[in-house]
Amino acid sequence: MSTALKKPDEGHTPSAPPSSKPNGRSTKPKNSLTAGQKPGWTWMVVAAASLAVGAGLIALIASEGFSFAGWLILSAIVYVIGMYVTTRVIENKRRATDGLWRNLVWAAFIVALIPLVSLLWTVFAQGLPTLLSNPGLLTEDMSTTNGATDAATQDEGAPLSGGFVHGLIGTLMITVVATVISVPIGLMASIYLVEYSRGGWFARTITFFVDVMTGIPSIVAGLFAFAAVQLFITTFLGESPVYLQMVKMGLSAAIALSVLMIPVVVRSTEEMLRVVPNELREASYALGVRKWKTIMKVVLPTSISGIASGVTLAIARVTGETAPILVTAGFLATTNWNPFSGWMTALPVYIYRQLVNPTAPAAPVPSEMRAWAAALVLIIIVMLLNLVARIVAQAFAPKKTGR
Amino acid sequence: MAKRIDAVDLNVYYGSFLAVEDVNIRIEPRAVTAFIGPSGCGKTTFLRTINRMHEVLPGAYAEGKMLLDGENIYDPHVDPVSIRAEVGMVFQRPNPFPTMSIRENVLAGYKLNGTRMSKSDADAIVEKSLRGANLWNEVKDRLDKPGSGLSGGQQQRLCIARTVAVEPSVILMDEPCSALDPISTLAVEDLINELKKDYTVVIVTHNMQQAARVADKTAFFNIQGTGKPGILIEYADTKTIFQNPENEQTINYISGRFG
Repeated sequence: MSTALKKPDEGHTPSAPPSSKPNGRSTKPKNSLTAGQKPGWTWMVVAAASLAVGAGLIALIASEGFSFAGWLILSAIVYVIGMYVTTRVIENKRRATDGLWRNLVWAAFIVALIPLVSLLWTVFAQGLPTLLSNPGLLTEDMSTTNGATDAATQDEGAPLSGGFVHGLIGTLMITVVATVISVPIGLMASIYLVEYSRGGWFARTITFFVDVMTGIPSIVAGLFAFAAVQLFITTFLGESPVYLQMVKMGLSAAIALSVLMIPVVVRSTEEMLRVVPNELREASYALGVRKWKTIMKVVLPTSISGIASGVTLAIARVTGETAPILVTAGFLATTNWNPFSGWMTALPVYIYRQLVNPTAPAAPVPSEMRAWAAALVLIIIVMLLNLVARIVAQAFAPKKTGR
Repeated sequence: MAKRIDAVDLNVYYGSFLAVEDVNIRIEPRAVTAFIGPSGCGKTTFLRTINRMHEVLPGAYAEGKMLLDGENIYDPHVDPVSIRAEVGMVFQRPNPFPTMSIRENVLAGYKLNGTRMSKSDADAIVEKSLRGANLWNEVKDRLDKPGSGLSGGQQQRLCIARTVAVEPSVILMDEPCSALDPISTLAVEDLINELKKDYTVVIVTHNMQQAARVADKTAFFNIQGTGKPGILIEYADTKTIFQNPENEQTINYISGRFG
């Protein structure tokens, strides 16, 4: 905390770097511009005092034992108030108010970070040991795991059996198919909106419905995809139970994810196309280049970095979806590579199933361990996708230097 | 190569708004013609009608005739894209393509249209165009560097090289020096003087000294009030416009007593 709060405070004394040496003051000629300022070490004194006061307060309030989190929170509150009062006494009200707001903004930032850090910490702490001691989780599916093996693991210390490679493959296949469906549609829709529509009623309607689609609950998208595929199959193939069985497959899940993905792709691509300066389009037109070639060779290359990172973020967003995949692709204990036939397990669905319906209801611990390890892998995948988005954005960005 | 331009009873509209009214003008080949006038008087709009660039904006259209060596570019069967290959344009702000190198920027007119050419042909075009734009000596060692890394004046000359590379008949310039410093402006003005040997050059400028320096003929546009269309007030030799203008509005404008 103290390192986080140090930064804003440095701003108080930019012109007096040697003030950390209190003795230096008397020998140096005084700078009238820095007169009346509190010394640079004030915050340390206030912070130390706040921690002490916080400790005292928490000891008074807390009835049982010492709460570390409570101590830090109380100290932070005391620090903010203490800094305000100190600054007000030494300097003036204006600077005190300025410092108060800066400390409050920093506090808000730290509060916003707490859930993220805590989430990452929990998942890593729960999942990493399991994953490291059982690398087989990444290469095996659940076909050889049953209640007996899990009971043996929990009661007799047998090695953890099973894994989630089928979930990884399912997530991969479903996401790839969803991307193949949504990126062309999303890209072309946004090209239409930005380059061709000229703001007519049709374009406004599309924009409106894209906005509405952004807010669709994912379970509704799953139900929609299920119903749509079912309608398609019963209309064109027949209504016998064989065909009705076909509805649950990877492709249905990919369609559900596309419903969620297309609006995100349209919105981000649209933004990227709109920031391409009109001057570049005009420069291309003025060279006698046709509109579609201008779009393909000037507008898209100029904005490709933003589009690619937008698409990657859209992929990252749907990778973690659970409900629509559960409805449309079901779940499976074995590996299925074919998204066009048979049920498929995605990683989030695997986590959900392992937690809600443990493989051995009497011995749920092994299932929980697998679920945490799978959650860790899922988070790593999403983080990697975000990283890829940044790298892609940098790699494709128009070259600016060379002067 | 250079072609004569005649506007006959030309009206330009943005939707229902008449922006420029009833322009009749003859622009001579192998000469520099300058358009001057206050902001919003329609000189840029009129310039853009010469290669139908104004049609890029929704709802913009023109009535009347614009003759390029006697051929009407507003004939219903004319493809605007072919006109723009014939009538090149340089814009107010330098706009090299940020994704392309200097060399690719010069060849943009060919590359974007998918024209195939041998490397030696391409090299010849790059050198000729960059020499034509007085830029060759400054960039010949870094042709593969991004065009956006050049200074503003160099970028503008790169844009001129890009326009010259496709060998148009007419070059339109929309305030080409308004974003440049005096030294870059001088370089571009020298270039304009050389370009007029081969091309019909039309330049819009806010800078009357610039018009006096570079133009053979000058046209003065004015607007009668807000919401009214711009009209061509006076068109004559540059010397006449600046030393002995006929119209009282022109006298007021060039002497700075406007409004």
